[in-house]
Amino acid sequence: MQRNFISITDLSKDDILSLLHDAARFEANPNQRLLEGKVVATLFFEPSTRTRLSFETAANRLGARVIGFSDPNSSSTSKGETLKDTIKMVSNYADVIVMRHYLEGAARYASEVTDVPIINAGDGANQHPSQTLLDLYSIWKTQGTLDDLDITMVGDLKYGRTVHSLLQALSFFNPRFHFIAPDLLRMPNGYRDFCNRHNLYFDESEVFDVNAIAHTDILYMTRIQKERFSDLREYEQVKNVYTLRNAMLAATKPNLRVLHPLPRVNEIAYDVDENPKAYYFQQAQNGLYAREAIICRMLNIDLK
Amino acid sequence: MSEKKELEVSAIKNGTVIDHIPANVTFKIVQILDLYNHPGAITIGTNLDSITLGRKGIIKIADRYLTDEEIGRLSVVSPDVTLNIIKDYQIVEKKYVKYPKQIIGVVKCTNPKCVTNHQPIPTKMEVFDMNQKSLRCIYCERVMQYGEIELL
Repeated sequence: MQRNFISITDLSKDDILSLLHDAARFEANPNQRLLEGKVVATLFFEPSTRTRLSFETAANRLGARVIGFSDPNSSSTSKGETLKDTIKMVSNYADVIVMRHYLEGAARYASEVTDVPIINAGDGANQHPSQTLLDLYSIWKTQGTLDDLDITMVGDLKYGRTVHSLLQALSFFNPRFHFIAPDLLRMPNGYRDFCNRHNLYFDESEVFDVNAIAHTDILYMTRIQKERFSDLREYEQVKNVYTLRNAMLAATKPNLRVLHPLPRVNEIAYDVDENPKAYYFQQAQNGLYAREAIICRMLNIDLK
Repeated sequence: MSEKKELEVSAIKNGTVIDHIPANVTFKIVQILDLYNHPGAITIGTNLDSITLGRKGIIKIADRYLTDEEIGRLSVVSPDVTLNIIKDYQIVEKKYVKYPKQIIGVVKCTNPKCVTNHQPIPTKMEVFDMNQKSLRCIYCERVMQYGEIELL
C-alpha cells in the first residue's frame, strides 16, 4: 500500500491519534536511528526555511541522509522541467519525498506519478498537514485531550490555511469554535458550512477583548497581513484591535494556552512571551516530533 | 399537439436524442460531448417551447450512443436531461444522468493557482454536494458551484 501525507482531510480520527502517540515517543527520545541507510529528499519549489529545517532535522535525528534543494532556481525546474519529470527523477534516489510547492494540488499530483511516499510540506494556500499535526499535538499535550475543547481562533480567518486545516482536523473531537476576525477576514462560508454539516458549535465576533477569551482552552492567534487590505488605514486600525497583550490573559482559564503558527509580527505583544500560557515557541519545537512521526509512518517503521 | 412538437425537429433512425436541455446550456452540451467532430448527422434545436422548462434545447445525434462516461459528463451542466436511445425510429430505452465519482478532463479548475492550470495534466473533479450542485478539485481542493464552472 502506498502511503502519502497530502491533506489533513485524508486522515481518520485513529490516524491522527496514533500519529500523536508516535510524536510523544519522539519527544521522549528524539534521537532514534530508525532510518539508517534511508534517503529523505526535501524538494522546496518555494523557499520555506522554517519548515525545511524542521523536516531536515527530523530526518537527521532519525539517522537518514537528506538530499534535495531549497531554492527552485538551483534545480532544473528553472530550465522548464515539468513537476512530473522532477518527481520521477528524484524517485530514483529517495525513499520518501518531502515537497513544498507554490501551486495548489502539486503534492497530490506528485503522489500520482510516483510510488515513493510524498509528504506535503505546503502547497500554496491549500494544505500544510504537518503544521496541522503539530498544532494538534500541542493542543493534545497541553490539554491532555482533544475532546470537547473551546477553541478561539483570532485574526485572519479568511486566508489562513492553518486555521482551516485545524478546524477540519478537530471536527472529530467535538470542539466549540469561536471565530474572532474583522468582517473582511471572517471565516469563509465553506468552512462555516463544514461546521454545520458536522454539527459543530461555532460563534463569530469582531470583538477581541478579555471577555471574548475568558472561557477558552486554546487561543489560536494568526497574523493579519497588510497585503489583504486595499485601504491601509483600515489595516492600521485592525492590526491593533487583534493584538494579544499580557494583561488580557490575567482572567483566563489556568489551562489556556496561546498558539500561533509563526512567524509573528505584532499580533502577540512581546510581554506575552514570558507568560506560562504562551506556548508558540514550544509549539514550533513540537513540529520536530510530529515530523519524525510522519516520516516514520510513511516508511512503515514500527516504533514498538 | 404532441405531434406538432415532434415536427419542430426531424426524427432520426438510429442514435441518441438528448431532450429537456435547459436552453442556456444546449451549446455547452455540444462542447462537452465534442460533437464538432461527429461525422454523422446532428440536429440541434434550442429555445423551443417547453411546458416544464419554458425554453428547452434538444440534440439529436444520428448513429451515436453515448458511453456512461460521456453521460456522466452531462451532470456538470444539465443533470436533469433525458436521453432517448433510438433504434429504427423507436425509443428503445430512456436513460438519465448519473453523477459520476470523478469527472476527468471536461471542467477547468477555477483556482488560478491550481496545479492543473500550470502543468500539462487533465483536471479531476469529484461531485462534492449533489444538492448544492458543487464540484471539488481533487488536487487543490477548491469547491466550485455548477453555475461558475468553465469547460476546458
